[in-house]
Amino acid sequence: MSSIAVSTTINGDDVEYLCQADETLLDVLRNRLGLMGSKEGCGTGDCGACSTIIDGRVVCSCLVLGAEAQGRTIETIEGMANGAALHPLQTNFIEHAALQCGVCTPGFLMAAKALLDVNPDPTEEEIRFWLAGNLCRCTGYDKIVRAVQAAAVEMRGEQA
Amino acid sequence: MVEVTLWAGLVPLADDQKTVTVEAETIRELLRKLGERYPALSGPIKDQVAVVIDGVVYRNDWSQRIPEGAEVFLMRRLAGG
Amino acid sequence: MSFDAGYQSHKFKSVGTRPLRPDGVDKVTGRARYGADFNMPGQLVARVLRSPHAHARIVRIDTAKAEALKGVKAVVTAADLPDLTNGDGALFAILDNCMARTKAMYDGHAVAAVAAIDENVAKAALKLIEVEYELLPHVVDVDAAMQADAPVLNDTIFTTGVDPKPETPSNIANRSEFGHGDVDAGFAAADFIVERSYKTEQTHQGYIEPHACVANCNSDGSADLWVCTQGHFVYRQNCADLLGLEVSKLRVTSSEIGGGFGGKTHVWTEPVALALSRKAGRPVKLVMSREEVFRASGPTSATSIDVKIGARKDGKITGAMATLRYTSGPYPDMWAELGAMTSFACYDLENVKTVGFEVVVNRPKVAAYRAPSAPMAAFAVESAMDELAHKIGVNAVDLRVMNAASEGTKSSYGPVYGPIGIGPTLEAAQSHPHMSAPLGKNQGRGMACGFWFNFGGQTCSDLNVNADGTVGLAVGTVDVGGSRASLSLIAAEELGIDYQDIKAVIADTATLGYNDMTDGSRGTFSSSMATISAARNAIDVMRARAALMWDIPVDDIYWEEGHAKAAGSKYGNLSPLSVKEIAAESGNTGGPIAGHSEMIADGAGVSFGTHICDVEVDPETGSTRIVRYTVIQDAGKAVHPSYVEGQYQGGAAQGIGWALNEEYVYGDDGRLQNPGFLDYRIPVCSDLPMIDTQILEIPNPNHPYGVRGVGETPIVPPLAAIANAVSNAVGVRMSHIPMSPPRILAALNDAAKG
Repeated sequence: MSSIAVSTTINGDDVEYLCQADETLLDVLRNRLGLMGSKEGCGTGDCGACSTIIDGRVVCSCLVLGAEAQGRTIETIEGMANGAALHPLQTNFIEHAALQCGVCTPGFLMAAKALLDVNPDPTEEEIRFWLAGNLCRCTGYDKIVRAVQAAAVEMRGEQA
Repeated sequence: MVEVTLWAGLVPLADDQKTVTVEAETIRELLRKLGERYPALSGPIKDQVAVVIDGVVYRNDWSQRIPEGAEVFLMRRLAGG
Repeated sequence: MSFDAGYQSHKFKSVGTRPLRPDGVDKVTGRARYGADFNMPGQLVARVLRSPHAHARIVRIDTAKAEALKGVKAVVTAADLPDLTNGDGALFAILDNCMARTKAMYDGHAVAAVAAIDENVAKAALKLIEVEYELLPHVVDVDAAMQADAPVLNDTIFTTGVDPKPETPSNIANRSEFGHGDVDAGFAAADFIVERSYKTEQTHQGYIEPHACVANCNSDGSADLWVCTQGHFVYRQNCADLLGLEVSKLRVTSSEIGGGFGGKTHVWTEPVALALSRKAGRPVKLVMSREEVFRASGPTSATSIDVKIGARKDGKITGAMATLRYTSGPYPDMWAELGAMTSFACYDLENVKTVGFEVVVNRPKVAAYRAPSAPMAAFAVESAMDELAHKIGVNAVDLRVMNAASEGTKSSYGPVYGPIGIGPTLEAAQSHPHMSAPLGKNQGRGMACGFWFNFGGQTCSDLNVNADGTVGLAVGTVDVGGSRASLSLIAAEELGIDYQDIKAVIADTATLGYNDMTDGSRGTFSSSMATISAARNAIDVMRARAALMWDIPVDDIYWEEGHAKAAGSKYGNLSPLSVKEIAAESGNTGGPIAGHSEMIADGAGVSFGTHICDVEVDPETGSTRIVRYTVIQDAGKAVHPSYVEGQYQGGAAQGIGWALNEEYVYGDDGRLQNPGFLDYRIPVCSDLPMIDTQILEIPNPNHPYGVRGVGETPIVPPLAAIANAVSNAVGVRMSHIPMSPPRILAALNDAAKG
């Protein structure tokens, strides 16, 4: 099978790579680009651990082909912090103990970021349904929801 | 003298005795003497048992003393998750 | 070394606070490295060929074509894993499960594996392996497997624990019995009796991270294994035993672990990865797919349980009996025995009898899942208790309180209890606002209690004081949920220094002595004992250094609030020496300062919990919504309360999934039909409300701070609490878990027909 050349933008950087036609974006990120932050929990788009943001929309990167990234803007967990400055979602996840084993955390952060980018003041119900595509087996979601609520408050510039 | 109650799975290996009395001051002595008296017990005793003394579970500590009159159980070593 | 661990009344400075965990930044930035996040130069990719049949003899395997495929570097079958188990049945079961030797025992059982230069070649190679199977009749249901005409899986299994010994083999591997008193007399003395049969389906731990490892065998007999595991020392021992490697030459490094819950306490593919690496002479990376995780790792038992409880009209139980039938997969183990042990453990009973039957079936090898065997037994017993309460006309909590075990009670499995928290958790439940909250239409409330044992075990830790006064702490219990934070708090408390000055890491098998695995809720409990011990040793060293620095006898020096202090007015001019100051001089006073501890952490207590649950059931669809959930559990002493709450909430969520939706679905062909997260439906964020928690602290007298292990107990009560809530909501007793919508509708329809 011959390789396909792809030019895309990942976390603000111009990136070029070769990939096979049947290779997923998740495989490309992890195996070709060394971006291991996105995790494979299922490979079938059911768990959300591979969540990335493509052209502003959160998607499972295991359901996107590497070739489909051509010309698009991709955000992964590695680009969420601004240098050493963590994103408010990231700091609130740590503060509110919204992670235990942490393997689902990159996916949740991407999904939560995509939510707050379009809805800066979500209700608890809106948060829960938006995040229903991300599976967590450790926390029962309680502290995750609280962390997102707290981050939303912080990002709106309000006092907690 | 220590009166040891054996867990159900061990009873057939100890001539069907449910309780056994041995002279022992430590877990080490207890296990050694049980193995000597009932050779069939020495296999499981090696790494499948836990000793319960007055309700506290000791998995492998041979040096643990057994107080006089303590209630002693030989229990299966459990799996956790 | 014996550990003197008298409980002291203590005002804590660090323990009980909620600082940020040390691995937090790595995990929120994606930097933390899990099992599949590690690569070695020149590594090959491995894939495993698995049986598509539930039960079949392997007549012939021909790997020649696969071996000849360009890019394939090694192919292994059972022939490459000679039997070195030397009669050890448990080890042989592991070996056979890793790679079938004569028969495929379940759909998904590994029969061969390849290592190739990339995934595509590996997958193509699997297709070229020719396997000739002779199909055999299969059985997957626990009750069907016990019938006289059931296909026998293993003709060397003759039921143990029965008299007379059976003459024909069967699928019933073992019968175990616990109890005391006379249950027949007890039932005769009862005014009310509840007798019912229950069934629970098989579930999986559902960790989001699939099993993954990188194995490297060198030609000089040394080997490395990077792997996600709950017990890297146990994995080392198992792999060394199965491959004939010297234990000390196999270095196992545990990656960060993406969930385990007991499913990563056993090896599944790691010996195969090592065998491939040994054959190919190159590192091999083996990652299980999600489908493989469901088909071929270690789910729980499926069960069938009969319970009979009798009580007087004042609520005092006079007799209690349970017969429990548990599946173990193809290889017998002790799951039924565990269920029989825990069934009535919450109660003070004069007459009790539990009998467990271990049954082999054509399903994957059962592994521990968070308080293994207890949730199912608790479901059956606590459901019966609820029904009994209704019958007698007493409050559900009151019935438990009247019969609860306490210190001095003879447990149903034998030993007498020390101080335990079941009474307090029940009282807390009784007075919790949840209990008196109003219920709406189609809603019902249920409660249940449960407990799990706590393990101690072999534990080491190294505590090193750096020259700048900061402290490095190396422990050997894998961090599954935040224990590095808790252990740092413990070290800070003992030494009297700032939490921020402590860095805890998990050592590998080459850099620390043996540690039992993180199971049995022992991670924080045992490593904290070892950490306290190591810290006290380090303090002794620092006192000796202070003695040198001051030129006074070491006996005149005591340790307080992170400082060496000289006792007595004659030393009035000596200001206390901090860790920083002592460490700064360490190069002159004797070299690096450290404390070590190698111990058996014993004296683990038990942790009791009571759960309250409100549900709403849609009578038209049978769908259940969790309206409110409360967990009340005894932690002894909560070292980092946020992570204790996290264990309570996480265990409850797993129990909710198990109670309402999760199950292994098998076809008539014995194949697993739902090996994926779409159809094996675990709770998602929108399924659950906030989960309230209440931490009680009844100190464990055998731990210096009173700590009890808490991780497993939270999964024990939910099945029953929810079953009781659903039963109360719909007015029909539910006896089959999970209570998925079709089951609830069927129960409602049956009741309507009358």
